[in-house]
Amino acid sequence: MFESKSGVLYVAGLGFFALAFVSNAVVPWLMYQRYPEKTAEQLVNANLRYQFEDLARRYPESFEKAFGKPPGGAAEDNAWWNERCAEALRAGRRVYVGEGCWHCHSQFVRPVSNEEQRWGPVARSEEYQNELQRPVMFGTRRVGPDLSREGGRRSNDWHAVHFFHPESVSAGSPMPEYPWLFDGHPDRPNRHGLAMLTYIQWLGSWQESYPYYEAYVPAALIRPDVEPESAEAAGAEQSAVAGEEQVR
Amino acid sequence: MTELVLGGPGCEGVSVKVMESRRGTTTAMSGTEQSAVHERLVDEKIVRMYFYAALLFLTTSMLAGLLMSFQLIRHNPLRGLELFSPGRWRMLHTNAVAYGFLANGFLGCLHWAVPRLTLQPVLNSRLSWLIFGAWQLVVLSTAVGILLGQAQGLEWGETPVWIDPAAQLGLLLVAINFMTPIARMKGPVYVSLWYFMAAFVWTFLTYAMGNFVPEYLVTGSSAGAVGGLFIHDLVGLFVTPLGWGLMYYFVPILTKKPIWSHGLSLVGFWGLAFFYPLQGIHHFLYTPIPMFLQYGAVVSTIAVELVVATVVINFFGSIWGNFDIVKKNLPVRWFYTGMVHYFLTCLQCAFQVTLTFQKIIHFSDWVVGHAHLVMFGVFTMWIMGMMTYLLPRVLHRPWASVRLCELHYWLSTVGILVMAGDLILLGLFQGWSWAALEPWDVSVEFSQPFWVLRILAGLSMFGGLLAFLTNIWLTLRSPVVPAVGVSLRPVVA
Repeated sequence: MFESKSGVLYVAGLGFFALAFVSNAVVPWLMYQRYPEKTAEQLVNANLRYQFEDLARRYPESFEKAFGKPPGGAAEDNAWWNERCAEALRAGRRVYVGEGCWHCHSQFVRPVSNEEQRWGPVARSEEYQNELQRPVMFGTRRVGPDLSREGGRRSNDWHAVHFFHPESVSAGSPMPEYPWLFDGHPDRPNRHGLAMLTYIQWLGSWQESYPYYEAYVPAALIRPDVEPESAEAAGAEQSAVAGEEQVR
Repeated sequence: MTELVLGGPGCEGVSVKVMESRRGTTTAMSGTEQSAVHERLVDEKIVRMYFYAALLFLTTSMLAGLLMSFQLIRHNPLRGLELFSPGRWRMLHTNAVAYGFLANGFLGCLHWAVPRLTLQPVLNSRLSWLIFGAWQLVVLSTAVGILLGQAQGLEWGETPVWIDPAAQLGLLLVAINFMTPIARMKGPVYVSLWYFMAAFVWTFLTYAMGNFVPEYLVTGSSAGAVGGLFIHDLVGLFVTPLGWGLMYYFVPILTKKPIWSHGLSLVGFWGLAFFYPLQGIHHFLYTPIPMFLQYGAVVSTIAVELVVATVVINFFGSIWGNFDIVKKNLPVRWFYTGMVHYFLTCLQCAFQVTLTFQKIIHFSDWVVGHAHLVMFGVFTMWIMGMMTYLLPRVLHRPWASVRLCELHYWLSTVGILVMAGDLILLGLFQGWSWAALEPWDVSVEFSQPFWVLRILAGLSMFGGLLAFLTNIWLTLRSPVVPAVGVSLRPVVA
């Protein structure tokens, strides 16, 4: 068997591969059968709807151009908003994947290295059982922050300016610019831009802790403008906050 | 001055013993007979074309890597242009290396090694050219698809949806084309062929698993498990077995000595075959993927490091007492430098795969350093060694400049060591800074000098490639030297 063609082909080639596939892929798949896969429509929630309608209020012309107008009538309007929102989620995810965002931003919080304190609640299996996580957007590298609890932390216009020119709102950011998500100005996000903003605001919108804010304050060492004395004070304040956090 | 073993005119009349089996039936062929057999077996033109294609994609990939690295230090010269978005070129960087450079490089070497090793031609030379053309189309359309923003969301599985079936078919044809000579061959099966046969099956299955299952069939954490298997198997079951198979073929030919221990070769192959496919989930430790599967992946990863040690020992045993050859023979030096890197990267892996290390190094540049040490430090170096050996043979000219060959080696070696060391160290600093809850910007700020050094290292590696390309250009312009005799099959103990 060890040196024969059939041994190599059937045992090593097919057999060992099948063993690994069954134990490492089929087993988790069977385990998560009890969490049915949600569609984008099922993912639309009140927090997300608020952000999506905020986009329509902030950028009325762009929004109408991209998604049209509600038909009128309370029930019809409600259904229309939900449908457009799901549509934007799907399109936003395609932009997120196509631009390779997930190569620099992860979407899971680990139960170690104080990540719970920085990013928010630890990732749970059922959060990922939906069509927007096919394939899953865990990510493997964090050049920028984790995004799985990003929804609601910053406003739509902050994100719009950030996509258009990151350094305007985040000094020293190595993130690339994405002007092609806009019609020439951060006030005019196009369909891709609006979809992307919806997708970002969706991340973590299902959490009870939404929107999640960090428990720490910026340290003095990145603020050269702060005097040494007040820097010490800031440091003391920080440890006090951290202390409170631990007690809680 | 280094002597490049080119098997020059001096080698020609020398008959080389080819041992047909370990029981000792030997046949001997004269140089002229061998040349005749070689001409019948090997399509040198396709070897050349695969190498040119491989080098073209490697150049593209390195330029893509440079673009991303300039973005990181906030000095991207092409900012704000959709088609030059660093995020898209980052995906082009990895895909061009895997499918454009490594696949083409390996296919070129296989078109040389498999027919000579089995003494059978490939199934059909028209099919070979069809595969060649189809594969370049697959890689080019992958690149175009990614640049147009149609990538899919899995590392190395970004290949846009409309190309996946074509690539899958291409891999099937590759397997059929090369399995035929192996199937027709009589007698004992040499180590290289175990690796090749397994690799053809595994690559086909791995590509299917990664490009269809997590996109269409499963979701969430289970898609993560499959994705982990895919990115790991692409390295472990496509690149690694082809690389080692070719090492088992070329090292004994170049050193004119058999592989040290047949027993260790067996341990190496079967250990890799059993443990490697079980490790994929180690890319996603501390995720919601079930913990017992994570532990399983960690244990089998540590197990495979022991297997790797036996393979490396076997190869160093094969040149024991003959280390001078590493100094004198440039292809052998490329091979053994790659093996040292292989040992280092696998040793690193045995540590980084533990949950203790993962707490700190996951998500950091440590992993990027590790990936470059494997893909460039090992497999790119092996392909460069094989190209350094084979190109004069398929071009029928000695290298125009041995000095440029040396420059290629040294710029690449220094470059990759600096890059890997720089990024691995930076990864530790990033991990500690994050765990200490320093503001995010602090980690970005202190990464800057490390990222600048990484660009310098990358430029050194790119400089090595330019030296190599220049050398090929100069060689092409020099006169043809009559045929060269070389042994067809490795010596077997």
